[in-house]
Amino acid sequence: MDSELTLQVDGATHHLMIDTRTSLLDALRQRMGITSPKKGCDHGQCGACTVLVDGRRVLGCLALAVAYDGAEITTADGLAPGDAGGHPVHQAFLDNDAFQCGYCTPGQVCSAVGVLDEIGRGWPSAVTEDVAAGPRLDDAAAMDAEIAERMSGNLCRCGAYKGIRAAVSQAARAGGAVR
Amino acid sequence: MTQTLEPRAMGQDLVRRDGPAKVHGTAIYADETPVENPLYCRVVQSTIARGRVRSVDTTEASALDGVITVLTPGTAERLASTDDAELAVLQSDDVGFRGQIVAAVVAETFEIAREAANLVRVEYDAVDHDTRLSADRHDLYAPEKVNAGYPTDTDVGNMEDAMALAPVTLEQTYTTPMQHNNPMEPHATTALWDPARGDGSGPGLILWDSTQGVHPMRATVRGVLGLEADQVRVVCPFVGGGFGSKGTPHANVVMAAMAARAVPGRPVRLVLTRQQMFSLAGYRTPTIQRMQLAAERDGTLRGIAIDVVEQTSRIKEFAEQTGVPTRKMYAAANRRSTHRLAALDVPVPSWMRAPGECPGMFGPEVAMDELAHELDLDPVELRIRNEPELDPETGKPFSSRNLVACLREGAERFGWAGRDLTPRARLEDGWWVGTGVAASVYPTMRQAQSTAAVRFDGGRYIARIGAADLGTGAWTVLPQIAADALGVPVEDVDVLIGDTDFPVASVAGGSSGTATWGSALVEAAREFRDKFGRGAQDGDEVEAGVRPNPDAGSYTMSAYGAQFAEVCVHAYTGEVRVPRLYGVFAAGRILNPRLARSQLLGGMTMGLGMALHEQSVLDPRFGHVVNHDLAEYHVPANADVADLQAHWIDEHDPHVNAMGSKGVGEIGIVGTAAAIVNAAWHATGVRVRDLPVTLDRFLT
Repeated sequence: MDSELTLQVDGATHHLMIDTRTSLLDALRQRMGITSPKKGCDHGQCGACTVLVDGRRVLGCLALAVAYDGAEITTADGLAPGDAGGHPVHQAFLDNDAFQCGYCTPGQVCSAVGVLDEIGRGWPSAVTEDVAAGPRLDDAAAMDAEIAERMSGNLCRCGAYKGIRAAVSQAARAGGAVR
Repeated sequence: MTQTLEPRAMGQDLVRRDGPAKVHGTAIYADETPVENPLYCRVVQSTIARGRVRSVDTTEASALDGVITVLTPGTAERLASTDDAELAVLQSDDVGFRGQIVAAVVAETFEIAREAANLVRVEYDAVDHDTRLSADRHDLYAPEKVNAGYPTDTDVGNMEDAMALAPVTLEQTYTTPMQHNNPMEPHATTALWDPARGDGSGPGLILWDSTQGVHPMRATVRGVLGLEADQVRVVCPFVGGGFGSKGTPHANVVMAAMAARAVPGRPVRLVLTRQQMFSLAGYRTPTIQRMQLAAERDGTLRGIAIDVVEQTSRIKEFAEQTGVPTRKMYAAANRRSTHRLAALDVPVPSWMRAPGECPGMFGPEVAMDELAHELDLDPVELRIRNEPELDPETGKPFSSRNLVACLREGAERFGWAGRDLTPRARLEDGWWVGTGVAASVYPTMRQAQSTAAVRFDGGRYIARIGAADLGTGAWTVLPQIAADALGVPVEDVDVLIGDTDFPVASVAGGSSGTATWGSALVEAAREFRDKFGRGAQDGDEVEAGVRPNPDAGSYTMSAYGAQFAEVCVHAYTGEVRVPRLYGVFAAGRILNPRLARSQLLGGMTMGLGMALHEQSVLDPRFGHVVNHDLAEYHVPANADVADLQAHWIDEHDPHVNAMGSKGVGEIGIVGTAAAIVNAAWHATGVRVRDLPVTLDRFLT
């Protein structure tokens, strides 16, 4: 069965007629040719397909495209449009060599942007000591643990986790999440 | 001795040239190749482990709107060569392992292909299968040789006498489980059989494939399909990880080529699912390692022996060289190593990061720790006391060997001095805390064949070579080498890789890529300068190939390292944590510190996974890996990695190659698991000899 669908992706509008079984990830990659989000497992286990939907991180492979009619989707390629230097998270990943093969990287980058927003909003995680008070932005060790925990849904087989943590930390400081 | 290059660009901490594309996600991987109107191929896998396909009913699948064709053993094209049974896709009714390809659907969309694959009805005549590996099997056999061409067995002196006469002996068996490479990018191909291509030589096959070597891939595929080299082009600018699994062609790429040939003019995409990768993309064999050590009271080894039992597939032999590192690691007059295989009804094992050294430095390095305890000796000191002057196996000198320097610097950085030898002595906040050490080694290799072209164009130097960058940094480090060989700034040099239209390059494997391709670039650059001097004109070009290393026969060449781990084991739950993991390596000249560090840290991280997480569980009743996805085959996640550090010592080795470099892609995973097991023992007094170290081991 096919269904009509409109998606805003990285600032552009796409009208599609799509097989209702199509995942958001496959709609982006196979129907729209937007291959920044990657398919690593197709089961929501690796995080390579992470995109931002209305600012929140979502696993594209676990989302049915038709459920996102009208949604605004941002991929790693659509962050900071018009800024030649890219988003601070892009730069932080480059500065810290936070990747090797690059396949999980766009998902890591989107996840990092989502994580920084979640921390900035004071949302707690499993490692937040005082859930009511939210994550401690003034404590470097606590922030490192928060980032490690919140980035653990994005697997990196090359083992760039150390660089990824450093990158997200750097972006947090650049973005003012941590003072 | 090779004339060593003066390092100017080499050694610089340059950011990856492909970095911006990778962080934006615009680097193009195999499945993303922009092509017109692609079809999607989905494979159907056998549900028995041994027997025959009796029938394939494609009626329902073919009737589905959007299905173009269904390939079966009865309808698929006949391949020119079926010598390699792994690649003889759909060539007979035989089933050699569960998960083997028995049919494939080609359809207009991914969704239709998936549905159609589920509608293909396959009936089998099953026969009893056997997937149980054990050292007690009566049908174990000695392969003719083991991977990388090493002899199967070695026997020097008399190990039995050494064990009978030495004052201190140790005999233990260690095991490592079946492990899967699991690169983040699944094995993927976009294939096009283009009847219009070519210059009268006939149709052309283009494979945009995720591979560690476009030229080795082409050589194999064209042989299987019976095509000439110029009828096949393989393109691969980026590889989403491989760790060996994309080093040799597997059935999926042949399948993709066959699917494309079934639909001339239409490109076909074939991506293995994560689950399919557990039976079709290679894996590391489980190993059983019986170790013997015979020592004097002062720790001097009289003898060292390793007897390895591992598995291969009944349809194709792969013999991991697990016993090889023991042959030359420590000085001991009596040394034995053996490899025995069980040929089982299992998928075909293959390369996984540091085949041989990675599993083969687990048993020995835990045994050394056990011996140190037996002797009441510091395990660092035990290793230093057994440091050989010359290669124990060949009697040749080492081109450079700085294991002792790595041990000493690692001990210093880690704060090893004053460590209490007693196990189960530190209980902190409910956690048993311990520390452990192990050594790393990886041979320094150079492949026989690779050629580079260097051309001057528009004020820039453009080199071409069919090399691969699977995250290693070839896009960045090869220009550094070429710049120094040409004597120009690195900004003025481009090196293009990943295409069989470029001169032939060897596989990215055995940590030999940079050494081999770099040597070819150096030869080409030197020839360019000889021919054109400093006054090159646009269009001036030379091509030159790697030469044999004149020092290869005179020296043993290897990289070394030492890894130090701190492990905490929770006193009540058995939860295992690794708060600190430090590695110090001696790997010749480091050509780009940030890239090398990432390689070493990445290897250590995968070693952490080997130690604590990774285990493919094969169900002997059905012959398949039950935990065949990333939710159940656990690899390290971000929070598993704590204080992880990789360092190196300055090492000048004039014998290895013109760059003075040794490989860094694999040594990081060697010894990691042993260091962690040794630290876990020091923490708890519980000696784990079978990987992985899961929490149940401590609940005694």
